[in-house]
Amino acid sequence: MPATPSPAISLRGVVKCFGSIRAVDGLDLEVPEGTCVGLLGPNGAGKSTTMKLLTAQAIADEGELSVLGYRLPGESKQARAECGVVPQLDNLDTTLTVEQNLIVFAHLYRIERGERAAAVDRAVRIANLDERRDSKVDELSGGMRRRLLIARALVHRPRMLLLDEPTVGLDPQVRQELWALIDGLRSEGTSILMSTHYIEEAERLADTVTIMAEGHAVAAGRPAQLVAEHVGGQAVEVYGAPEELTAAEAAATQRGFRTRRTGTSVAVLGTDATNGGAPEGRPRVTTLEDVFVLLTGEEVA
Amino acid sequence: MSASPSSRPAKRRLGRLERPALRGVLVREMINFSSYWRSTTFSSTVEPTIFLLAFGFGFGSLVSEVGGFRYVEFVGTGVVATAVLFSSVFPAMFGTFIKYQFQHTYDAILAAPVDTEELVTGEALWIATRTGVYGCTPLLVAMIFGLDPSWGMLAVPPIAFLAGFGWACFGISIAAFLKSIENFNYVTSSVITPLFLVAGTFFPIDQLPEGAQIAAQINPLYHCVELVRHAVFGWEGATDAAHLGAIAGFGLVMWRVAIFGMERKLVT
Repeated sequence: MPATPSPAISLRGVVKCFGSIRAVDGLDLEVPEGTCVGLLGPNGAGKSTTMKLLTAQAIADEGELSVLGYRLPGESKQARAECGVVPQLDNLDTTLTVEQNLIVFAHLYRIERGERAAAVDRAVRIANLDERRDSKVDELSGGMRRRLLIARALVHRPRMLLLDEPTVGLDPQVRQELWALIDGLRSEGTSILMSTHYIEEAERLADTVTIMAEGHAVAAGRPAQLVAEHVGGQAVEVYGAPEELTAAEAAATQRGFRTRRTGTSVAVLGTDATNGGAPEGRPRVTTLEDVFVLLTGEEVA
Repeated sequence: MSASPSSRPAKRRLGRLERPALRGVLVREMINFSSYWRSTTFSSTVEPTIFLLAFGFGFGSLVSEVGGFRYVEFVGTGVVATAVLFSSVFPAMFGTFIKYQFQHTYDAILAAPVDTEELVTGEALWIATRTGVYGCTPLLVAMIFGLDPSWGMLAVPPIAFLAGFGWACFGISIAAFLKSIENFNYVTSSVITPLFLVAGTFFPIDQLPEGAQIAAQINPLYHCVELVRHAVFGWEGATDAAHLGAIAGFGLVMWRVAIFGMERKLVT
């Protein structure tokens, strides 16, 4: 029987407090090697703090963390040598060119002199910025800068990639381009932890999803599995005036259904699991968004 | 056989103050410097020239000799310390704060295998190197105005480097401990300006009240001024060893303070 590979990332009971605020509160998280795990949660759920814990820019108050077999924070430097990090905030050197930014990180990631030029060329190709390699970063579009951030994190061929909200604030076309890039990396076997609050992003890219709320994981599994487990296969969308929605919600809850309120409708979830009793309305297939809203109590961005 | 993604290389322990990490930080600074060296060189040349013209010739027309030196020679060597201070403390204060607060550069660097100690040391070494070069500009300008060259002047770049390292670390510490860039004005007015004036740059400190003379003894800039002057006009043995020790001690203390402050700021 083949040995079970150790996880690329493992967090056990991790707690991180800022004063009286428990930003991460007993988080358990595992990223098996060669998979992409989506860390899904509303703003303030603790996703970015978790990312900082993984690069030792924040130190956990309690719990155990390991990245690529290195225990954190003690062996964080070794772990970072084999990881790539794409931050939420653009921190490229804007007065430098595309190529110069990559050269700097080729040095910081200790790529040998003889391999540096090839590594930079490869990263430029990944970013699809061949024609802009001599352009200064402040002359690039938002999408190009994001691609460069990803390429910068890949310049040393990391075994693990940490993506913190990689497509936040980008237009749909650019987002699709980046999804293709990330999907390609996943196919090549790079382990990826990606925090996001875009449901579609997690559904498309992640093998498994961990949903975070108030600093801890409230659900984890494959997207389809989470949907089946928490909201069933079907939902009925009930539309009407606010008072009708309130009444429909109360009636559905009384019959044991879980509901999700949106601005103009109430979604009655898991209607396929019952024989009759479902309210009148427009039937639809349930989604990960239903799970997210149900478990976090937050509407989707 | 190609390595699969799950294959794990042998663990290697990364230590403190590693050369590749320092080199990485320095390379970043050098590449960035290529985009702004002209303006830095301009201000580093013009500023001491103005000081020399104003004090050396303006004030020098009233005072011909100070402490046994022609006034232009006295000021020419004293302004080296001014150049050292200005070339190190201000870039360190503002550069560090901007890179931390606005550009988030340090977040990017610390995501690589670089720790805060290496980051601070690399930044300070770079500023010190620049200071070692720009600190000599006043001497070159003073030579144009009549300062005689001497072999001892070759010691000025290393003195400027060492003093620049301490002042760079001082500037990084200020950036680490102050919460807003506006607060730098308090430091500039209440710390840097008095230190700059009570250093024997433009007039000998033995002309000052006794309290100010004692204060000057604990002013690292005063030791830099004295050491540069002795390098140019003649070494004074044990006295210069003490000056050198004071500058080195200041650098060592400020280096650790800067690392402590930045660690608090960058790692939560």
